[in-house]
Amino acid sequence: MKLIYEKSQEGRRASSLPPRTLPVPEVPDELRRERPPRLPELSEPELVRHFTRLSTRTFGIDTGFYPLGSCTMKHNPRVNERVVNFPGFRDLHPLQEEEGAQGALELMWRLQEILAEVAGLHAVSLQPAAGSQGELTGLMLMRAYFTDRGEAETRRKVVIPDTAHGTNPASVTMAGYEVTHVQTDPRGNIDVDDLRTKVDAQTAGLMLTNPSTLGLFDENIEEIARIFHDAGALMYYDGANLNAVCGISRPGDMGFDIVHFNLHKTFSQPHGGGGPGGGPIAVRDRLEPFLPVPAVVRDGERFRYEYDRPKTIGKVRGFAGPFGVFVRSYAYIRSYGPRLREMSEVAVLNANYLLAQLKDAYELPFDRLCMHEFVLSARTLKRRHGITALDVAKRLMDYDFHPPTIYFPLNVPEALMIEPTETEAKEALDDFVEAMLEIVRDASERPELLKDAPHDRPVGRVDEVKAAKRAVVRYLFEDHPDLSADSDGARQLEAQKGA
Amino acid sequence: MSFLSLTERDREEMLATIGVSSIDELFRDIPPGVRFDGELELEPALSESEIVAHLEQLAARNVDTGRELSFLGAGIYDHYVPAVVDAVLQRGELLTGYTPYQPEMSQGVLQAIFEYQTAICELTGMDVSNASGYDGTTVAADACYVAKHVTGRSRVVLAETLNPQVRQVVKTYAPGFGLEVVEVPHRDGITDPDELAEAARDAACVLFQQPNFFGCLEPAPDLAAAANDAGALPVAHVDPVSLGVLEAPGSYGCAIAIGEGQAAGNYQSYGGPHYGFMAARSDYVRRMPGRIVGETTDVEGRRAYVLTLQTREQHIRREKATSNITTNQTLLALAGLAHLAWLGPQGLREQGETCMALAAYAKERLGLPLVFPEQATFKEFAIRVGRPADEAIRAARTEGVHPGYALRRDYAGMEDALLVCVTEKRTEADVDRLAEVLAA
Repeated sequence: MKLIYEKSQEGRRASSLPPRTLPVPEVPDELRRERPPRLPELSEPELVRHFTRLSTRTFGIDTGFYPLGSCTMKHNPRVNERVVNFPGFRDLHPLQEEEGAQGALELMWRLQEILAEVAGLHAVSLQPAAGSQGELTGLMLMRAYFTDRGEAETRRKVVIPDTAHGTNPASVTMAGYEVTHVQTDPRGNIDVDDLRTKVDAQTAGLMLTNPSTLGLFDENIEEIARIFHDAGALMYYDGANLNAVCGISRPGDMGFDIVHFNLHKTFSQPHGGGGPGGGPIAVRDRLEPFLPVPAVVRDGERFRYEYDRPKTIGKVRGFAGPFGVFVRSYAYIRSYGPRLREMSEVAVLNANYLLAQLKDAYELPFDRLCMHEFVLSARTLKRRHGITALDVAKRLMDYDFHPPTIYFPLNVPEALMIEPTETEAKEALDDFVEAMLEIVRDASERPELLKDAPHDRPVGRVDEVKAAKRAVVRYLFEDHPDLSADSDGARQLEAQKGA
Repeated sequence: MSFLSLTERDREEMLATIGVSSIDELFRDIPPGVRFDGELELEPALSESEIVAHLEQLAARNVDTGRELSFLGAGIYDHYVPAVVDAVLQRGELLTGYTPYQPEMSQGVLQAIFEYQTAICELTGMDVSNASGYDGTTVAADACYVAKHVTGRSRVVLAETLNPQVRQVVKTYAPGFGLEVVEVPHRDGITDPDELAEAARDAACVLFQQPNFFGCLEPAPDLAAAANDAGALPVAHVDPVSLGVLEAPGSYGCAIAIGEGQAAGNYQSYGGPHYGFMAARSDYVRRMPGRIVGETTDVEGRRAYVLTLQTREQHIRREKATSNITTNQTLLALAGLAHLAWLGPQGLREQGETCMALAAYAKERLGLPLVFPEQATFKEFAIRVGRPADEAIRAARTEGVHPGYALRRDYAGMEDALLVCVTEKRTEADVDRLAEVLAA
């Protein structure tokens, strides 16, 4: 398919602007644009067709089953798209006076109250733009908290289990902390003995996803919380897997002091092919003074911003956060109300239903019931037939399923991380099971079918090594290289993960 | 509410397949001490029509720019968003896909991001662009982090004329990055290159905004040269709408160009979600934060697109990554691409010229003293209203006009200063109305 720039014809355009009669002031010579940007020149019909064509070459949750582990690809209700486009939300300027934004402020305040209740914690800031920014904000809060207590210099370490999302250690570095790794025990929990040797007066805190990326609830969570709190350290909850436990077990009750939510996972903000997201954080009362400004507060019937928070860490994003995401997630939660628990129950039911039917055909590294997702290993397939997790993933595309997350978590070889979510019907799950079992049969009988997959996508397997080596990351017009000339077949970086 | 697809019978059959007798049994690994046995204290569930009615009521208590004649800008702008943008945003596949980890399933969105990266490079005159950052504030912090690693220096210099929220976010990130922040005051509304050169010595980077927060045109080439002379990376924070008229940062020596993308293709949406853009010279591509799409070929030698240079990223490098970002703002960036493609080079220039012409008309027509009369401006300018600006805003709003932003919120000595923004959506008659209201 041609790039939009390759469809461009000089002098063609889609836009019409109001006629101008006023004179245009001169731009000082040294500041005036000399060469115009080579933006596409297309008519509107061509533009609409171009983007429609691009969309048909993209797979979304609207297209089909999307069991991408750790990403919680659930249905995105259309009513949320309707309400977010009300002019009162869509065309509201963020610097509008508070009197002119009472509805927006009330919505944010209400969402804060809901998230505090779901977290089992006291105060919420909606500001962070995504989960990883929520993490970083949480770590900034830790730092501010320990600075306030005069312990900033000594507490330098943050403990992270080996099953953690890559964002956790990356956030730790960005926050100026050092990572301490802790292992996983044979049941898939944090190795508590290993942990005891690693938590001391230099520990600032723990970052934990619970249930973990293995889809397992840590059975020792109370003991873990004791270890950290006895050492004067804080507990951070990565909310990526909150979809398993809404209304069933609250992070605050587990002992966590700081929690981030992924509104684009648990609360159905559509992911848009890579964003937007929303990463609000909830904290225990002793951390509230450090939250980002402005806070959204209620005075009787009136809602307002509060900037005067002397101990605040500052701001992590513009304005009060990604407001449109709040509108969608608020609408989503209101459609469940207290029955949010049922959302998580069905997510866990769907996952266990798949697990029960797949665990014998694949390998299950930790033989327990799972929560909202589970991790299988294709290790045996690889050993016996040379079929890897990547081959399984690519072959699933031939059945019109989006593959699971693969090669993650890192402590499971040939990992396939599967998360069906609560919105799938039993028939979709049954079809997926059938495909996964057929793939196992084909691995021994017709392995080339798997090695050559996918068969009917716009492209076959792509050469990732060449992409990284050549680093052609923009169209170069007349100088654009022809990469097919140096094709030496597809090689793969086997490190694609979700989350 | 009907987002769940299981019938009672499905549930029973599934529990039997799993080999448990109840849903509760699925949660047996959760220790009793941390189970939540009550019911969440949330308001009762609403039906779809009730949700619409409830949110209609909330939306009605906001005064949007359709209900008030608005001259508010200061970082978020009421530019026209063409219908073709809505058409893109409403495509279910683009709306509901995840990050394109599996290229064979996602060629459409990958190609769109590649096209977006190209548009940002063209606008800014740079070699490489990432797939977007969160917004115009966080990309500034990202740029500082890149500069720290590239130069090995740990001081960053911010022009005081840089958007106050951008400065505040950089300051919030700085301690974790191990950065010290220095600010250079403005002189009559713009930054003095000599003063900047002084501050840039031993600095990792220098951040300035063009047009700046007051709407004034900075001597951007001189500022970039001052930074380059000191071995600091010049970073320009630019308004995409201005780049059909104003020179591209890449053409006057900047190392990195960043900005808030909202003005190109996003609704105001009370501050988000929007997209931040970040482009740089090719020297820094392996230091860039975030997703980048690259071109390659598939097994058949066909052109294909894929997330690339992933060894920079958190899922591979973990604590050694260039950033922790995963989810970015793809859909909003695609709206930006659609908007820029709708405009084309000619439309972009015309839009910029129209903003400038209307703003120039407004400067004259309002008949109020300019705060910085010596400076050229683009679509915003600061005036003195002769009384506290908040008072003027309050009075104008009772007449259905929002006259602008009170600069005293961020700058000392500006009690009576109002920052007025005029986009191409305003008309001469609108400006006349503003003049009338402010004169009252």
